[in-house]
Amino acid sequence: MKSGNIAAAEAALRRVSAVKPAEIVFWLAALAAFFLLPGEALLFNEVVITGLFALSLDLVLGYGGIVSLGHAAFFGVGAYAAGLLTTIGVTDPLTGLILASLATAVLGFLTSFLVLRGSDLTRIMVTLSVAVLLKEVANRIPSITGGADGLQGVAPGPVMGVWEFDIFGQVGFGYSLAVTFVLFVIARRFVFSPFGWSIRAVKENQLRTSAIGIPVSRRLVVVYTIAAFYAAAAGALLAQTTQFVSLDVLEFHRSANLMLILVIGGTGYLYGGLIGALLFKFVQDALATATPQYWEFWVGLILVSLVMIGRERIVGLPASILRRLRGAA
Amino acid sequence: MSVALETSHLMRRFGGLVATNDVSMTLERGARHALIGPNGAGKTTLINLLTGVLAPSSGTIKLDGADITHTSRARRVELGLVRTFQINQLFPGFTPLETVGLAVSRRLGLDRHMFRSIGSDKRVVGACVEVLERFDLIDVMDRPTATLPYGKQRLLEIAVAIACGPRVLLLDEPAAGVPEGERGEIMDGLAALPADVTVLLIEHDMDLVFRFASRISVLVSGALLLEGTAAEVAADPRVKAVYLGEDAHG
Repeated sequence: MKSGNIAAAEAALRRVSAVKPAEIVFWLAALAAFFLLPGEALLFNEVVITGLFALSLDLVLGYGGIVSLGHAAFFGVGAYAAGLLTTIGVTDPLTGLILASLATAVLGFLTSFLVLRGSDLTRIMVTLSVAVLLKEVANRIPSITGGADGLQGVAPGPVMGVWEFDIFGQVGFGYSLAVTFVLFVIARRFVFSPFGWSIRAVKENQLRTSAIGIPVSRRLVVVYTIAAFYAAAAGALLAQTTQFVSLDVLEFHRSANLMLILVIGGTGYLYGGLIGALLFKFVQDALATATPQYWEFWVGLILVSLVMIGRERIVGLPASILRRLRGAA
Repeated sequence: MSVALETSHLMRRFGGLVATNDVSMTLERGARHALIGPNGAGKTTLINLLTGVLAPSSGTIKLDGADITHTSRARRVELGLVRTFQINQLFPGFTPLETVGLAVSRRLGLDRHMFRSIGSDKRVVGACVEVLERFDLIDVMDRPTATLPYGKQRLLEIAVAIACGPRVLLLDEPAAGVPEGERGEIMDGLAALPADVTVLLIEHDMDLVFRFASRISVLVSGALLLEGTAAEVAADPRVKAVYLGEDAHG
């Protein structure tokens, strides 16, 4: 064995998981948004929560290769659980968030066995059905969930016992951003671990993954359970920062929009959900202001062109134009 | 000599078709055994039964004396029964280094670690480089597998299996589709296998079979026609008949 080869191999493996400058810029920009744009805190809070929710779907879809069109099930259960916890005396937001997410992770674990087998189409139908069922359950037990009127009296205490949630959303956004950052760092470590590689391997080729001795089903159960935890955390953040939970958290459009967001942002590199959520929210806002009647048409057009032309080509367009200009000069 | 792999009265039916018909064979530890037979003889089905991709209709499979007939695929690999595929089964988006790295991590039991970077263990890196050097993949170790030439992908197919640390290695047509000139590289890689690894080779290239194997089994229509040394098999008129396309039962 040549020592040069070992050094090269070590460097190559390190390079894959190394923190890139663009990542530092990304999080610094998020921090800057918190300090410099306090007027937009409510909007940003929503973006961060959606971003965390999309990160959860990315773990399932971008890494595990499981198509889910019912991811709102976990988001919604997390939101209701966090909301209900405050009504029974668990008012510390972090404790509530963790308990709600753990409870939802159990649900994720149990339902994961439904998505292990079958084609993408089966998985879409099964995940969709679970979400629809849960929404109906929430609708039918108004004594607990508030039914169609929504869950009233969600009153979380101050974050870390210090910061009270304010009506301008400053504390809410700061809290959501901090939780999302911590969960993101954990997810990032996770996907570059041997376990994370084995999950990507399942998506790349199941036959080979099992042929090198990795139990495919068990891997999918774990990633699905973790993703349920993440989705629930996003739901809990929404419940705590808006202090309200309605059936809307379990609605189909939430799962469907999530898929669009991830398609816009790109799967399989963790930032897709966050970037997608940001773009989706601002495009939606800008279009709704410009053409209040037809904005949905324009959102649709943008999505179709994204899919037809391909994100890589659109993102790479400035660079390729620059190259041509230089080549011509 | 101890027995590494043993099947007894192995049967597999697909509806009315008997793909594997009462196959009983024994591989000694360290054997270099080849399995030949015309197309459709059931060679790949047999490998699928041995590795647990398919369940047998009846019969048993023993690895190192322990019954593994109903053991899971992943567990069989842990026990040292590893295969390669006739048609490449690789991770297109992974580099060879990542592919082999994952297999090595699995072998060392590190694949359950969730918060440690894959390259952080010296043993993993060392084992990866050793395998990649042996199969001449060092120069391309950092390129996505999908972009590699076919011959290199074929080598990687074997390298991944070796990285799993096999005790019994099942090679399903390792030279399939590889041009004549590049087969030497595959032969070299196989020749360098540790002597205590038991190898079952399925191959159509008779040149490769006779160079590599000391014992040969001939499979026809799902059943074993005969087993013997390379010379015995080469001289047997029934084998010639099968390969010349005459009626095997005549």
